[in-house]
Amino acid sequence: MQHPNLQSRTRTQRWLYSWKRSLIKYWDLYLLIVPVLIWLAIFKYGPMYGTIIAFENYSPSRGVFGSKWVGFKHFERFFNAYNFKDILLNTIKLSLLQLVCAFPMPILLALVLNELNNKRYKKLVQTVTYSPFFLSTVVMVGLIDAFLYPNTGLLNVLVTKLGGQSINYMAKDEYFRPIFIISHIWKGTGWASIIYMSALTSVDPQLYEAARIDGANRLQALVHVTIPAIIPTAIIMLIRDCGSIMDVGFEKVYLMQNDLNMGASEVISTYVYKVGMVNSQYSYSTAVNLFNSMINLAMLLLVNKISRTVSETSLW
Amino acid sequence: MRKNRIRYSNEDRVFSIVTYTLATLALLITLYPLVYCVSASFSDPMQVVKGNVLLFPKDLTLIAYRAVAKNKSMFSGYANTLFYTLLGTSLNLVMTIAAAYPLSKRDFRGRNAITFLFTLTMFFSGGMVPNFLLIRNLDMYNSIWALLLPGCVSAWNLVIMRTYFQSSIPEEICESAYMDGCSNINTLIRIVMPLSMPIIAVMVIFYGVGHWNSYFNALLYLKDRDKYPLSLVLREILLQGMGQEKTGAEVVDSVADLLLFETLKYAVIIVSSVPMLILYPALQRYFVKGTMVGSLKG
Repeated sequence: MQHPNLQSRTRTQRWLYSWKRSLIKYWDLYLLIVPVLIWLAIFKYGPMYGTIIAFENYSPSRGVFGSKWVGFKHFERFFNAYNFKDILLNTIKLSLLQLVCAFPMPILLALVLNELNNKRYKKLVQTVTYSPFFLSTVVMVGLIDAFLYPNTGLLNVLVTKLGGQSINYMAKDEYFRPIFIISHIWKGTGWASIIYMSALTSVDPQLYEAARIDGANRLQALVHVTIPAIIPTAIIMLIRDCGSIMDVGFEKVYLMQNDLNMGASEVISTYVYKVGMVNSQYSYSTAVNLFNSMINLAMLLLVNKISRTVSETSLW
Repeated sequence: MRKNRIRYSNEDRVFSIVTYTLATLALLITLYPLVYCVSASFSDPMQVVKGNVLLFPKDLTLIAYRAVAKNKSMFSGYANTLFYTLLGTSLNLVMTIAAAYPLSKRDFRGRNAITFLFTLTMFFSGGMVPNFLLIRNLDMYNSIWALLLPGCVSAWNLVIMRTYFQSSIPEEICESAYMDGCSNINTLIRIVMPLSMPIIAVMVIFYGVGHWNSYFNALLYLKDRDKYPLSLVLREILLQGMGQEKTGAEVVDSVADLLLFETLKYAVIIVSSVPMLILYPALQRYFVKGTMVGSLKG
């Protein structure tokens, strides 16, 4: 296969040669991948380039090139907006609370499932707990609304039967975050546990045997064999979650939001939608969104770095 | 020694009880809202409002489902979503395979650069407004392409697929097919794809569920009501005027209908979720395999 003179050629020549060989061998695969690359350029890198309008006074008639450059004006406007602090705090509170409450759940579920000896029961629990993942966000919020509906929803019916007062949960700031997070846990825990389940299937059974011979009971085996096996996966998932810390499920927040719970439910992504799509302040909205992405990116890099120094596990 | 063993097995018994209790708890918590939903949808609205339906349906009736069947926008939403899901998922599969297979070849030049470009899109994206402006500039506003094209290839799924090709399809098979004069695309279609059914099933689920459930792109990009997918129709029925003491007047117009609305919403939820809940157990055995491949690359 190798050309006899390959060693004596210069680096550029070798590089050209390997390209030539690849093009000859895979010419049809290059044709296959070209449409995908065109798609990538238009639909992924196009909008990325379009974020330039965050630094302009964009007007649709003038386009990205013709609009006036204004630097950081829109960012300053956001930082000085009267509701900046509220929106930022709402976003951080919601996402941190969700991370703290929801993150351990799939790990817990995977550990429990892993200890079930009855295979059929395990399968049943898995099938049922995965299923809410397949409900759409609209259905999920519809379900929440139906259950918490004032007077006629299940929860309020039961509460009034027991002599309590019917509460309009969806119209109160203080209930927004608990409802959001509990429903998130209900919907996502089963599905998220899959990745941990697959991490556990790769544990060498000999480790359990060795632990048993050393006199460990099942709890001790769980602590000393199973949990260490799951930690690298958990760290990877944690880094990924931190990288989207500011993106608290926009669709769900938006659907759960109404005028009465706005005090807790207005987060950066819903604000981006409102100023951008409803009020057509394109540049301002893009600037707010860019600020959001930058925080995400910074978090991702920071947590990845911390993790790499502390535990030697990292995304790259 | 013997004493020790007995003590351990007692502890292990407690451990077993705890794990089975926790698992059962998870099972019941997940199942109950779904069961209630089904029961309420088949019950008499009056019984639901009074709180007499807790687990099993009371005064069995199909009145809610008849009302759903009469709803025209529900019907067209269903048809639209089915169409978008079928077309969209096919497009997703073709595009993802078209990128994943070349990238799985170790001596395919340009592989690292292209992979990097895709990986970057996992962490950066243009955001709502630039995407919207792009769709408008491409003249795709109010067309189904605005729903199908932007999310055509998911970088994450691409990585899973590529890793599967690399780890589960022996390179020798492709090499020998190539030696025998089989073109790469032919090899892909005749040899590699039949061997990749597990991962294709996983992709069908991932992409299919995404299309079936997506509503926000339709909200952003569609104007005509007759193009609305099911999710937007659902949103109108279930969530308009949420938080206020709403009357449901958007979907029903008399007091009797107002009562009917109490079970109608559960019926709507069931009708719209059933296809996915049926599709998923059929493909479930592939999930762990699929995600395992993905987790290899982290």
